[in-house]
Amino acid sequence: MSATKLETSTPDVSPPVRWGEKIIEGLIWAAGLSTILIVALIFIFLLKEGLPTFLDIPLRQLFGKRWYPIEGMFGLASLLAGTLLVTAGAVIITVPLGIVTAIYLGEFAPPWQREILKPLIEVLAGIPSIVLGFLGWVALAPIIQNAGAPTGLTAFTGALILAYMALPTIISISEDALYAVPKEYRDGALAIGATQWQTIWRVVLPAAKSGIVIAVMLGIGRAIGETMVALMVTGNAANIPAFGADIMFQPVRTMTATIAAEMGEVAQGSLHYSVLFGIGILLFLITFAINSLARKLVGGESVRRKRTGF
Amino acid sequence: MTEQTIPNKIDVHDFSFFYGDFQALKRLNLPIKEKQITALIGPSGCGKSTFLRAINRMNDTIPGIRAEGQILLDGEDIYAPDVDVVELRERIGMVFQKPNPFPKSIFENVAFGPRVLKMTNRRDELHQMVRESLEGAALWDEVKHRLKDSAMNLNPGQQQRLCIARTIAVQPEVILMDEPASALDPVATLHVEDLMRTLAENYTIVIVTHNMQQAARASDWTGFFWLGELVEFNKTSALFSSPERELTESYITGRRG
Ligand SMILES: Nc1ncnc2c1ncn2[C@@H]1O[C@H](COP(=O)(O)OP(=O)(O)OP(=O)(O)O)[C@@H](O)[C@H]1O
Ligand SMILES: [Mg+2]
Repeated sequence: MSATKLETSTPDVSPPVRWGEKIIEGLIWAAGLSTILIVALIFIFLLKEGLPTFLDIPLRQLFGKRWYPIEGMFGLASLLAGTLLVTAGAVIITVPLGIVTAIYLGEFAPPWQREILKPLIEVLAGIPSIVLGFLGWVALAPIIQNAGAPTGLTAFTGALILAYMALPTIISISEDALYAVPKEYRDGALAIGATQWQTIWRVVLPAAKSGIVIAVMLGIGRAIGETMVALMVTGNAANIPAFGADIMFQPVRTMTATIAAEMGEVAQGSLHYSVLFGIGILLFLITFAINSLARKLVGGESVRRKRTGF
Repeated sequence: MTEQTIPNKIDVHDFSFFYGDFQALKRLNLPIKEKQITALIGPSGCGKSTFLRAINRMNDTIPGIRAEGQILLDGEDIYAPDVDVVELRERIGMVFQKPNPFPKSIFENVAFGPRVLKMTNRRDELHQMVRESLEGAALWDEVKHRLKDSAMNLNPGQQQRLCIARTIAVQPEVILMDEPASALDPVATLHVEDLMRTLAENYTIVIVTHNMQQAARASDWTGFFWLGELVEFNKTSALFSSPERELTESYITGRRG
């Protein structure tokens, strides 16, 4: 078995060496390798700086409720809760809205509308987050406060702005995914007597599933990782919001906002400093977990094969 | 039954079709006989597919199209304003040139039509429908043990028969086939032709083909298209043995086209 393999891979006549090809191949290889290397370095750095968090602080205290770094209390529960609320809120708003908009753009909108809307959406994607945070602060927060919340700077305010930020990504990538669904699938369904909506729901969306999941993932990634907005409009209160109908309308503080707000004040090498890196590690792990989950959802390898198999 | 007594399933009267300013079909007149196989032949770009897709109004999705004249299905104009296109397509199924199964299981492909048309909500009835359709498309024996497999894993000939099963699952009255065998090897092609014969016992079939032998072998009636016009329409045996027009003759003998 292995002998025959060897034989076929070493032909008698060696082909001429194409140096141009070799150089390009080498460059591509180097580029790919350097990406991997950079990611590895980042992770190693994170680990080196943040590891004391998990070694020096007892886990019970680490996942406790109180975040008072000055008194040496590093309970991350409130920060985790803040991130979870803001991100989940943003996702619940943005995912259905984004997918429905993509469906409208891709399947229903007449060409002239598409020509106006698509560039507009790309412009939205380019608005700096500080501008959105500012808008949220001066425009959105008062509305929310007037609606009866104790303050305008709440988890919900953050979720709304983050939802808005993630929207362009979700729309344009989902739309690409819908566009990539072969026209033959649609024709097949329509020719059977399916309505346009049945065709979209039962054939087009399932066929575009992997692309749409990727769109959602990138959207969530943006919402979790966003700092500026979280810092400006979520109220910056490191406490666990009381569970109830108004859970979204209390001030919170996210993990990213904590890092950004406190990094400037800590002494390098202090425990507080390493806890901030520890939060970074947690963020990294959460994103990684979500991505793995997404890959599971779309079925990884087999999806790619199916897509090219047509 | 003599040919006069066979009822017309579809009547085409002075039918013209436009893509924007371009006239793709010019005042066609022909009958499509019930439970017979009608073949449409002609050189590339002469409008065969356009005509076929006009019969179930699949062209409707293209912007800027316009139809004139009439296509009557059982005497009713399918282009009348009150016609529900979705309902029309339930009655007139279509099989495409390139096999286009959905990226779902074999079972789900066939069950698609019965499901969207809500033909049944009983699991066992649905199963029965899927089975009968697959048997009708001469595919059952090959796939009965792997109904849950992805349809994408079938070979092209099987995929095309799956598409036929998918079409007959909703029990249409007419089946349109646009070069259904052109992507298949000779054996699979014969398979599909045999299948057409069997299907013609229950369905009215219109087939577009580039293959003269196929038209001569597999059809009862043949229409010859040229530059958007119907040059000649006749019983297949008559059209191939003694064409009335010189253009037809030179095309079917391969001197033109
Ligand atoms: N969507 C469209 N828009 C504009 N013109 C079109 C469109 N589809 C087809 N045509 C034109 O209409 C004419 C007839 O095309 P059609 O596809 O019906 O020909 P056909 O006989 O099926 O050809 P083939 O044998 O190559 O499939 C051609 O000139 C073609 O260019
Ligand atoms: Mg054609």
